[in-house]
Amino acid sequence: MRISFTEWTKSGSPWVWLNAGAVTICVIMVVGLLSLIAVRGLGHFWPADILQAKYSLNDNHSLVIGEIVESEQVPAEQLRDAGVIVPDGTKMMRRDLMKIGNRDVSGTDFTWVLDNSLSERSYPQMLFATERREWGNFYGYLRALKEGDTLVGQYPGYDKTPEYMALWTRFEASIQRALTIRKDIYQIEKHEIGAINYELERLRLKQRSLQLQDVVDPAPYASIEARRNELNASYEGLQQSLIDLYTEINRDSIVAEISDGQQIDIAVAKIVRAFRPNDMSVPDKLVHYAGKIWEFVSDDPREANTEGGIFPAIFGTVMMVILMSVLVTPFGVVAAVYLREYAKQGFMTRLIRIAVNNLAGVPSIVYGVFGLGFFVYFLGGNIDQLFFPEALPSPTFGTGGLMWASITLALLTVPVVIVATEEGLSRIPRAVREGSLALGATKAETLWKVVLPMASPAMMTGVILAIARAAGEVAPLMLVGVVKLAPSLPLDANYPFLHLDQKFMHLGFHIYDVGFQSPNVEAARPLVYATALLLVAVIALLNISAVQIRNHLREKYKSLEM
Amino acid sequence: MSIENISAPQIDFNTPAQLRMRKFRALKDKLASGGIAFGGISVIVAIVLIFFYLLYEVMPLFQSAHVEPWQKNNQVVESYAAPGTGKTLYLSMEEQAEIGIRVSDLGEVVFFNTLNGSVIKSEQLNVPANVSITTLSTISDPLRQFAIGFSNGDALVIQHNYTSTYPDGNRVITPSLVYPLGEEPIHIGDKPLTLLGISHGEENWNLIGGDDTGLTQVKISVEENIMTGEVEISSESEALPNFNIKAHKLLLLPDRRWLMIAGRSKLAVVDLKAEDGAQTTQVIEATKGNITDFQMLLGGNAVLIGDDLGNISQWFLVRDEATDWKLTKIREFTGGTQPIVNLSIEHRRKGFASLDTEGTLRLFNTTAERNALTENIVDGTADRLSYAPRSNAMLIEKDGRLSLWAIHNEHPDVSWSALWDKVWYEGYEKPEYIWQSSAANNDFEPKYSLVPLAFGTLKAAFYAMLLGTPLALCGAIYTAYFMVPALRRKVKPFIELMEALPTVILGFLAGLWLAPFMEDKLAGIFIILLVVPIAIVAFGFLWAQVPDRIRFLIPEGWDAVLLVPVVILATLFSLFVSDGIESLLFGGDMRLWMSNELDIPFDQRNALVVGIAMGFAVIPTIFSITEDAIFAVPKHLSYGSLALGATPWQTLTRVVLPTASPGIFSALMIGMGRAVGETMIVLMATGNTPIMDMNIFEGMRTLAANIAVEMPESEVGSTHYRILFLAAFVLFMFTFVVNTLAELVRQRLRKKYGSL
Repeated sequence: MRISFTEWTKSGSPWVWLNAGAVTICVIMVVGLLSLIAVRGLGHFWPADILQAKYSLNDNHSLVIGEIVESEQVPAEQLRDAGVIVPDGTKMMRRDLMKIGNRDVSGTDFTWVLDNSLSERSYPQMLFATERREWGNFYGYLRALKEGDTLVGQYPGYDKTPEYMALWTRFEASIQRALTIRKDIYQIEKHEIGAINYELERLRLKQRSLQLQDVVDPAPYASIEARRNELNASYEGLQQSLIDLYTEINRDSIVAEISDGQQIDIAVAKIVRAFRPNDMSVPDKLVHYAGKIWEFVSDDPREANTEGGIFPAIFGTVMMVILMSVLVTPFGVVAAVYLREYAKQGFMTRLIRIAVNNLAGVPSIVYGVFGLGFFVYFLGGNIDQLFFPEALPSPTFGTGGLMWASITLALLTVPVVIVATEEGLSRIPRAVREGSLALGATKAETLWKVVLPMASPAMMTGVILAIARAAGEVAPLMLVGVVKLAPSLPLDANYPFLHLDQKFMHLGFHIYDVGFQSPNVEAARPLVYATALLLVAVIALLNISAVQIRNHLREKYKSLEM
Repeated sequence: MSIENISAPQIDFNTPAQLRMRKFRALKDKLASGGIAFGGISVIVAIVLIFFYLLYEVMPLFQSAHVEPWQKNNQVVESYAAPGTGKTLYLSMEEQAEIGIRVSDLGEVVFFNTLNGSVIKSEQLNVPANVSITTLSTISDPLRQFAIGFSNGDALVIQHNYTSTYPDGNRVITPSLVYPLGEEPIHIGDKPLTLLGISHGEENWNLIGGDDTGLTQVKISVEENIMTGEVEISSESEALPNFNIKAHKLLLLPDRRWLMIAGRSKLAVVDLKAEDGAQTTQVIEATKGNITDFQMLLGGNAVLIGDDLGNISQWFLVRDEATDWKLTKIREFTGGTQPIVNLSIEHRRKGFASLDTEGTLRLFNTTAERNALTENIVDGTADRLSYAPRSNAMLIEKDGRLSLWAIHNEHPDVSWSALWDKVWYEGYEKPEYIWQSSAANNDFEPKYSLVPLAFGTLKAAFYAMLLGTPLALCGAIYTAYFMVPALRRKVKPFIELMEALPTVILGFLAGLWLAPFMEDKLAGIFIILLVVPIAIVAFGFLWAQVPDRIRFLIPEGWDAVLLVPVVILATLFSLFVSDGIESLLFGGDMRLWMSNELDIPFDQRNALVVGIAMGFAVIPTIFSITEDAIFAVPKHLSYGSLALGATPWQTLTRVVLPTASPGIFSALMIGMGRAVGETMIVLMATGNTPIMDMNIFEGMRTLAANIAVEMPESEVGSTHYRILFLAAFVLFMFTFVVNTLAELVRQRLRKKYGSL
């Protein structure tokens, strides 16, 4: 059917199509955003091939080694202005961002290269990459392995020969050895010495507290002193074994050749892992990939949060969310039950309902300000005066911490739980309640045995939505206790195990901090994408389950409705 | 067998066990009611607490000051005779307001206990024989420096210092006198010094002294030998030209360039560093009456003039169009109708106190243009008043007796006009809105205008709504009205899922990915705005031309799916031609072209980025509520309209949308509430500079982001801290009112549909 344009316009179809377009754009935006995060976040862990090429710029020739991270088009004009000789007639040039690593030698991790000035591109099998504890990645050729001052093996060539492979195997064994020793060191430093330090600090506070109470009896002081000496002695012992372990771990080193031919010494103790991506098959890479992802979710961050894992952030988020749900669930449910079942329905309840509803729309930063002023400074300050005078002037609860963060977020999310629970309660038909009452049950029994079980999916929905909101909220947490790097987890083996006063790390804040406050944003960016992906996945999962539960609930009680 | 024979089973409902059980149940029921009521009410109270706590933190800002006689152990401190001899020339206190210092015209310096006037230490200055003290000039109150002029033309610079020691745990303050330029007086001229103005930098001192007939300037440089610690003093002296003004008092500004000479009612401004020697640049009729006191405000940028008509005016140098510095009257404070006796300057803030002949004390703040207190505290003319460094106490001298007063004036620097009006700040050419809460130096004038922040908030919200509203509304209309239910069930939860997306992720993508991307493809972004709608309409028209056979394969209501490739291709096309268009029309770089040709400054993290990112955040909110509102419009209304021959589009615009309009309105309000309060996106996607410019290519700072940035560093209980609470309170109230409005509208809508 042919239709003229004017006729088509008259029918209003263009508007309908534009409206349809709006939906499409919205959906494409969401999908695009999620895939952007997913691709960038997951791509980071894939061991990319290392390019080796000759780079000629303005008749300067050099060898570059590194991974190409991204490319962009730049106007040739701009390059000419910068003094680059560009062939006439070209308007745009492609420029690649290369991760060249070796920050200790070259001063920077990344460099821009003009794509058409790269020649003799190759991916030599023997090029290796290492991740180090300092200075970021290293790219180069393995030349020699040393144990102390003795040379264990060396190889000067570039080809994959059995000699080279033998050297490589010994190198890998040496890394394994260093990692094992590091585990022991970590165990001693973090757990054993950490526990001693913690107890010493508690002893100091105990002593101070005795002094504050004007206790003159020397007996308690003596016992504190005795215990302190004991701890100091075991500390000395641990210190000695630490020194031994450090001499052990620092034994090996390698010599590697970098792009400009320099020979660089690297201590094996500083290496986290070494691999030759150009020589890896796809299954090898997959194994490597899985290992990297596992490291990401289970390890501590390295190098000012730009490398390594985000385990403390995951842990902190989970702890905070759990504490928050423990607080928010009973209070939210009780408030909803009161509003729906007990309060006299009228103008007042309507007003409260509107107010509670609207509190969900109050900016989260306002809750943060309230938390900081009321919980941290006012309540926390008073708690310190009353219960922890020995630690003053350094605050215990008078500063942001896990407890205050959880309470603040509980306050922030309690409207969500109230609204969801109320909705659930309102869906339960009157007949059910009346039936129960008619059979002689008291109001409390009806509530406990009939109403609440039926409303439980609604409560679940509310709590899940609250958790999803809390997990993604950052602004208020910045004021009440989140830090970029917490020295220890809020849950550990030291009495009282759960440290409510401790500051903690949080996934959302981690994204903000690493993405915006980090000194090396370029290097940190992929990690931020990965963190974002994790956070999105968790929150999407929580929300989808909330929706599922809600739908399930609706289906379940449909038959009850009249 | 008949029924009568069977007796009803005897059940005793009242066995003791049953009764106990019932009692227990009743108790449980009561306990539950009580517990739930208590819990429910306390949760609600906790929520209400937020409102009151914010208010509680904000309130002190607007309380006026009060003054009372100083109390020690609940005993009012009585006035006492001024310790020492002679007439008072100088009166001051140390940091804790425990020790006062009084300098008399006989050259006696007495340190005394401010509570009872008992002398702690008394020192006689080195006044030569047959010489009297002719003048005393305060150099700087915060630095505790003053200078004395003698009748033989000499001057002595003195500083009073205090050291605190803690023998056996109690604080002991020991006062002492120090002579920064040596104990020997400095010779300025041969005539008695009745006028003296002194100012100094790190090592250079300028002393100007003399009398009505002529002034002499002495420049002194003090050099400390790093090796030996010896102080070397060298000086040079020069006579200044006659300025033809009957001088009453001199003030030398700290830059040592400007000398202010106060006459009877005139003020002469002298540029000491003018090209051909010192010269008068201005002679101003400063007041209608007579000048009674003339002082420099903290920082030495502004001067205050008190007159015998009871007016106090603030003046500072302002650069005019010809880039000449002109002393300008900035504002006037009404100090009553009685002559001003004395002005005392605060040591840490831009404030001062005045005392008039009736004994009325007034406390002012210059930035806030605020009169924090007016109170008659003594009968008749007092002679002198002096602020303690912390502005918490004040010494007042009357008829040779001193009294100590406690001043409670925590936040004088805040007023309605300081927060919301243009304020003429020191060093600025005209009154402006500025937010600048902290700086490195102590005599900084804090600028607490909330206007740039409120402006930034609304600007961000405006651009977010500009992008979010059309997409969300159109999307909601289509989803609710045209889309097939099967698809609707998928699309709606999906878009609603966006609402849960943490804004920190949106902010991070906006700042780190979108901002550089947009800078690179600026032209492309604008081409998208043009090309995508055209492509959609064009595709729609082409689709209408497709033979029915194919067209009917895809039923109506699936159009959105058809458009997926269209939108993607149009977007890719726009981005692809972006570089070409830029080099064709804008010389290769649109942002350079804009800043050069159109004079539009461009920040990488700008309002456009925020608009897109935050638009993204408000879309689901608006979408979801609008969609519900449209979907809830009773079907028989639209069926009726369709049956009468209206096209679906006519039905939508004439019947459905008007019915749903209150719901749509409430959706927009709630969306706006969200955009106003959003913190992380703006924090990450703008430069956070508090500028007032509607330019879409520049950033802004919003109230919420400002709180997030400054709150952790602000001192608890300070004015800054409370103003941040005020900002939070403003946000709270704004969103609360907007949301309540939206909610009420929505409830009314629900009622209306109920009747349809």
